Amino acid sequence: MSPPIVSRGFRGRRRDDSPPDRVPPGQYATDDFPVLSAGPTPQVPLDEWDFTITGEVDELHRFTWEEFRALPSETITVDIHCVTKWTKLDTAWEGVRVETLLESVETSAEYVVAVCDGGYTTNLPLEDVVDGKAWVAFGYDGEPLDPEHGGPARLLVPHLYFWKSAKWVRGLQLASTDEPGFWESNGYHLYGDPWREQRYTGD
Amino acid sequence: MDDMKLDGNAAAGILQQIFAVEVTTASGTCDGCGAVEPVGAVSVYARAAGTVLRCPHCEAVLMKVVTDGERIWVDLRGLRALELSV
Amino acid sequence: MAGTAVHRRLTWQVAEVVDVVPETESVKTLRLDVPEWAGHLPGQHVDIRLTAEDGYQAERSYSIASAPESEAVELTVEHVEDGEVSPYLTGELRQGDRFELRGPVGGYFVWEPSRGGPLLLVAGGSGVVPLMAMVRHRVAAGAEITTTLLFSSRGWDDVIYRDELEGLETNSLRVVHTLTRSHPDDWIGYSRRVDPEMLRELGPAPEERPQVYVCGPTPFVEAVAKALVELDHEPASIRTERFGPTGG
Repeated sequence: MSPPIVSRGFRGRRRDDSPPDRVPPGQYATDDFPVLSAGPTPQVPLDEWDFTITGEVDELHRFTWEEFRALPSETITVDIHCVTKWTKLDTAWEGVRVETLLESVETSAEYVVAVCDGGYTTNLPLEDVVDGKAWVAFGYDGEPLDPEHGGPARLLVPHLYFWKSAKWVRGLQLASTDEPGFWESNGYHLYGDPWREQRYTGD
Repeated sequence: MDDMKLDGNAAAGILQQIFAVEVTTASGTCDGCGAVEPVGAVSVYARAAGTVLRCPHCEAVLMKVVTDGERIWVDLRGLRALELSV
Repeated sequence: MAGTAVHRRLTWQVAEVVDVVPETESVKTLRLDVPEWAGHLPGQHVDIRLTAEDGYQAERSYSIASAPESEAVELTVEHVEDGEVSPYLTGELRQGDRFELRGPVGGYFVWEPSRGGPLLLVAGGSGVVPLMAMVRHRVAAGAEITTTLLFSSRGWDDVIYRDELEGLETNSLRVVHTLTRSHPDDWIGYSRRVDPEMLRELGPAPEERPQVYVCGPTPFVEAVAKALVELDHEPASIRTERFGPTGG
């Protein structure tokens, strides 16, 4: 395969000034927040929304929207990295730590699958969603999270590629095996560490 | 109504890489609801980590396509059948 | 002809810019020389790929504006505010520049005289591009198929191919404009969004079993397709090409 032709003067919409230690290999920093979608935007009224923890657990745990919003939450600022090569620095989110949702859960499971409205799933090791590494986020940039960006709530796991930060999340299934999700079962890496450029299967 | 939705034609380029023949005029049967439509008439979500084709009637996933430029991964489970003219 | 265009291995080819022609304030036509071009059918599109010096890449799809009879491959591109690719194509690109393209692709959204008519083409803004390829081919091929082009634009100065379309009108090729945001003082044409009433007034009626092609931004296409079905047009006779939220 011959190298692609370079088009004179083409740059795209990128920032030139980002500190290299914050942009993973193969990524380009942007000020935009591109909307990526694998399907129609779900519309779930908040009085019908719930978040469940199922699978290899002592019992099913369920939160209504009110119960979810009554949990302790925090505001964090993180960098996010999409596998389609854009990186956005200093994004501000508001959410509940996943470990808070798992507090009263008894399990010996080592993996989770995030399940979402619209059928999207993604798999992660349980240890990658606890210890301050992951949130269920309901706010972005000081506002309620937009439906096109995953509102009312999405998973936020900034240390992995952003396909793991599942939009429209409705629950976590705990399991003792790592079951590939929507993209992981069709070419994307099971784990997805942007700093080791784990984009595709076999990387 | 979803602004991101495109028609099957938007996936014509990547599909022709896989099938080597024109696919948008082929008829696909949705494994979810049984509806039959030309591939050109299905819903395509092309701004994603890959390309997703969905049934325009029940929105079930018909196909997923991911490429890194050298490999193409295709999931065709959502298509019960595909009828092509060759 | 159909066989040539659809049965070939798709690879990235090099396109060289021969000319960049302004159509309106925000729309330009790129006339391209593509040495390996094997021809196309009206309605098809190409995928283009731009690579920056540091390897950054972006890909987009653009409908082919030119008829198959044309010597050059023409793409008509609308400048999208804050777009990734269109500001480059409409603002920076000049004669002699090169980029990659792959195609033609798309056999579903295609019209040839053999498909018959009457033909109803409904365009929203830059959605006119693939439909213009169909009109240009119809004229070049001398096919006297009854054709109606209903073309929705923001204002009179936004109408792409305005003068050319005026020159192509005949008894059997009708161009009807609707201007949705502003219109000249002496305007007597439509000045609202396409709706069932407008489509019913214009025809053709469903009983005439027209071939229908609708192209433009996604919300436009969905509204028009819905209106046509409400008027009892056969859904299978309506072919749509959504451009996404903003257009090209």
